[in-house]
Amino acid sequence: MTDKHLSTQFDAELSGISNRVLEMGGLVESQVAQALYALVNFSDTTAAQVLTQEERVNQMEIEIDRDLSAIIARRQPTARDLRLLIAISKTIANLERVGDEAARIARTVQRLINTGVSSRMRLPVSDLTFEADLAIAQLRKALDAFARLDTARALEVLKEDGQIDQEFDGLLRKLITYMMEDPRTISASIDLIFVAKAIERVGDHAKNLSEAIIYVVQGTDVRHTSVDDVAKAVENADR
Amino acid sequence: MDVRVELPTTEKVKIAVRGLNFYYGSFHALKNINLDLPERKVTAFIGPSGCGKSTLLRVFNRMFELYPEQRAEGEVTMDGEDILSKKLDVSLVRAKIGMVFQKPTPFPMSIYDNIAFGVRLFEALPRVEMDERVEWALKKAALWNEVKDKLNQNGSSLSGGQQQRLCIARGIAIKPEVLLLDEPCSALDPISTGKIEELIHELKTDYTVLIVTHNMQQAARCSDYTAYMYLGDLIEFGPTGELFMKPNKKDTEDYITGRFG
Repeated sequence: MTDKHLSTQFDAELSGISNRVLEMGGLVESQVAQALYALVNFSDTTAAQVLTQEERVNQMEIEIDRDLSAIIARRQPTARDLRLLIAISKTIANLERVGDEAARIARTVQRLINTGVSSRMRLPVSDLTFEADLAIAQLRKALDAFARLDTARALEVLKEDGQIDQEFDGLLRKLITYMMEDPRTISASIDLIFVAKAIERVGDHAKNLSEAIIYVVQGTDVRHTSVDDVAKAVENADR
Repeated sequence: MDVRVELPTTEKVKIAVRGLNFYYGSFHALKNINLDLPERKVTAFIGPSGCGKSTLLRVFNRMFELYPEQRAEGEVTMDGEDILSKKLDVSLVRAKIGMVFQKPTPFPMSIYDNIAFGVRLFEALPRVEMDERVEWALKKAALWNEVKDKLNQNGSSLSGGQQQRLCIARGIAIKPEVLLLDEPCSALDPISTGKIEELIHELKTDYTVLIVTHNMQQAARCSDYTAYMYLGDLIEFGPTGELFMKPNKKDTEDYITGRFG
């Protein structure tokens, strides 16, 4: 989107709102990372910080939505400008959900601490960290692709989502084993299953972001399409 | 540039343009235009000033023949009949293909006669039927309520927006098959514009409407198909929804998103 509009003000509005989306993305990315830090270190303070940030993320979603409506009303955008604004609307909804997942993890951490669970129980927390690192990397890559409107990078995110799903399935099996071996870990293990699911959802949101990017650039809706078909569509468009 | 777009098979072709070139003296204003215009649909022509969209519209009812230095080459057929053929009487072509211009052009006569004038050229209607026709045309053009008590006043006593609707009423009074609108709303306020757009929407149940407009939102709002032209070339033609959401050509996209410069 390097070409300029006749109206420099319109350009400024579009780049302004895109930057706010990236800012919001950065915020939820750090929220997820902090939530995981809180889990690994059983840190009540960090968990509380995640929950405070949640309010800011919600506020940003409302503000960006308001600005979106204003741009649509004033500029009557068409073609890729319109697609960009529609994609932004979906992107911020997804980012807000990512923030919700981070808050969910933070609340779980607080509950674990309150029920006296500690690192001495040797729960497989490090496996969760691995899954979370994958999800955060996916989210960062999707935001990066958004910043550059880079469909090749967006496609990578779609291709790699399966890894997180596999990791989640693995964790599920592992936690079931824990619960069978030592029923005292059942309560904590169930909490960790919810955390693992929340992380897996973060990966799904990164995937949704990537689909929106392909829509902006190519105008094709690739939701509910197999990765192979999306790959073909992206490669054909590049040619 | 050779752009040839097939209409969906559900559409019937009303006007077919083949290899049309147009010259103002030595200036080549339309370059090898090939286009099928669907019957009973609204087709909008958009593009920057000087792109040839008004010229193309003027070819359809042979308006250019008034000027000896202007000539069209190629074929334009309506329902299979070559309308550029010298054998075909130009007034018959214009009876079937009516036109409304950018600037309101009321005749220097009463409102009633403005409408009746064209009708009298082709039909000898009894007074009552003529009254009905005038009322019908004025109602269709959303002007009736404003002028019904002053039909004998001079047409030029109306406001600009009313004059334009009078011209549209005059255009449809002879019941043409095709209506050409050249920037019909550029001199109108938003309410009159809204009325004209509503009218265009109603007209397409009976007529094929071709509209040239600088107002892209207007093209987006009231047309079924849109053609984008640039420097005498037809760049892109397609269903309006697709053209405004996902144009196939970068040139089209740059123009409709306001990146043209």
